[in-house]
Amino acid sequence: MQCDVCHESSATIFLTQVVEGKVQKVNLCQGCAQTKGVTDSTGFNLAELLKGVGKETIQANSSRGLLCPTCGFSQSDFKKSGRLGCSECYGVFHEGLEGLLKAMHKGVQHTGKRPGQAPLPARRVDYSGQIDLLRKRLSASVEAENYEEAAQLRDELRQLESRILDSEP
Amino acid sequence: MDFPALLRNPADWMTQSGPNGDIVVTSRVRLARNLRGMAFPGWSRKDDRSEVLQGLRPVIDGLPGMQDAFSRELKDLDAIRKQVLVERHLISREHAAKSVGSAAVMNPEQTISIMINEEDHLRMQAILPGLQLHEALAAIDNIDSLVERSVNYAFDSKWGYLTACPTNLGTGMRASAMLHLPALVLSEQINQVVQAVNKIGLAVRGLYGEGTEALANLFQISNQSTLGESEREIIARLEKVILQVIDHEKNARQKLALEKPAVLRDQIGRAYAILRHAHILPSKEALNLLSMLRMGIDLGFFPREQRSLTDMLLMEIQPAHLQIEAKRKLSAEERDQLRAEILRRKLKNLPAPGISSGEDPGGTSN
Repeated sequence: MQCDVCHESSATIFLTQVVEGKVQKVNLCQGCAQTKGVTDSTGFNLAELLKGVGKETIQANSSRGLLCPTCGFSQSDFKKSGRLGCSECYGVFHEGLEGLLKAMHKGVQHTGKRPGQAPLPARRVDYSGQIDLLRKRLSASVEAENYEEAAQLRDELRQLESRILDSEP
Repeated sequence: MDFPALLRNPADWMTQSGPNGDIVVTSRVRLARNLRGMAFPGWSRKDDRSEVLQGLRPVIDGLPGMQDAFSRELKDLDAIRKQVLVERHLISREHAAKSVGSAAVMNPEQTISIMINEEDHLRMQAILPGLQLHEALAAIDNIDSLVERSVNYAFDSKWGYLTACPTNLGTGMRASAMLHLPALVLSEQINQVVQAVNKIGLAVRGLYGEGTEALANLFQISNQSTLGESEREIIARLEKVILQVIDHEKNARQKLALEKPAVLRDQIGRAYAILRHAHILPSKEALNLLSMLRMGIDLGFFPREQRSLTDMLLMEIQPAHLQIEAKRKLSAEERDQLRAEILRRKLKNLPAPGISSGEDPGGTSN
């Protein structure tokens, strides 16, 4: 890989900086690294370096980063509160959010209800899990001769079973 | 419906029993929705919030079932009344901190409760007794579809319903159930269970939301992810895990009854004695004793009809409830005394723990 500054020597130093969700990378050879002061931790400014090599400069519409035109929310506001300003913010900060959402949720594509749909159709709720559990507990109670509990469980079972019957088409 | 009426009429979930009601106290499904193009409540100015409130209030008040609703702007409720609503699980703690520009609307049965301008423009919840997640979803989904006709929801084809916090994106749904797990706590298996549940991507919290402090051995299990799965898929997964936890708790109770009957009777006996005779009871202690009483009822030591009484007491001994009862602000000591007084009074007629037919967990001397 060639050095991004002199384009002659091969790069041996690889710098990565993450600022407000934006990743910037620069590859340098030993000589250019020294010239640019990269090895000197006090004098090092990656932003300046990047400007110098003509790479995309770090986004800075204002000193606070991107701004939502609808509500004025900024990226640093998001950093502070963890929340967004309005529905339009999601479009403005789209790029930075994708990674965050991937980590938070099971997926990044909504698969649930959409506006304009009829309410979820009255489905036949699957009660089999609950029924199995109740039956199991019922026979355990009877075996343990806890007849009061058994009676209660039997009533609950009947309630569930009649609910299933009621919802049959 | 005015505030006194709300107090006098306990919620359906308190007085009724649902499936698996001995372990699952309540099931709750909450949907978060926002209006397109309007600043979210946390970022909006007072005027924006008022505008949203004026627009949404008539829509919510006009919903079926809300004819005799308890509907109030939060600025018209004092701190204690708001805290009572929190203690009844009708509004969140965050909502209670709001004032001008926010409102709460709930039906008389208190199965549906809607917050306007909480973290999102709309937070709508259905709460039912026992394990009834599907039913709760159906109820609140209906409400949501009705509201949708009158407003412009903020929705994106890829990211679903847009919410103030990205953690609620997509379905905007938080489904949760409150479970009573005294045997798992007593047999020190609760941490394993919590860890296993966490591994599946579900959250476990103690009573009233924050932290995992086991107050009254009550635990809330809820989904964490809201995007990438449908509402039904999330609830199916949650219910499957809950059924397993119920099984574990039942097994733990049976095991305790068989292997440590004396421990069980002792916990229940002490709870009965202290609750009926103490004069000073701090909140934490009272909650834990009521938990033992509730378990005692499930195990046949007390008549079964008493269970809704214990569930109501769990609420009535909370700080704001006490202050409403006393009609004035109380110091901590006064609260502890009033709490004890209410418990003595309400449990006066509870018979001593007896052994129900056959429930003699072996090993006792005869």
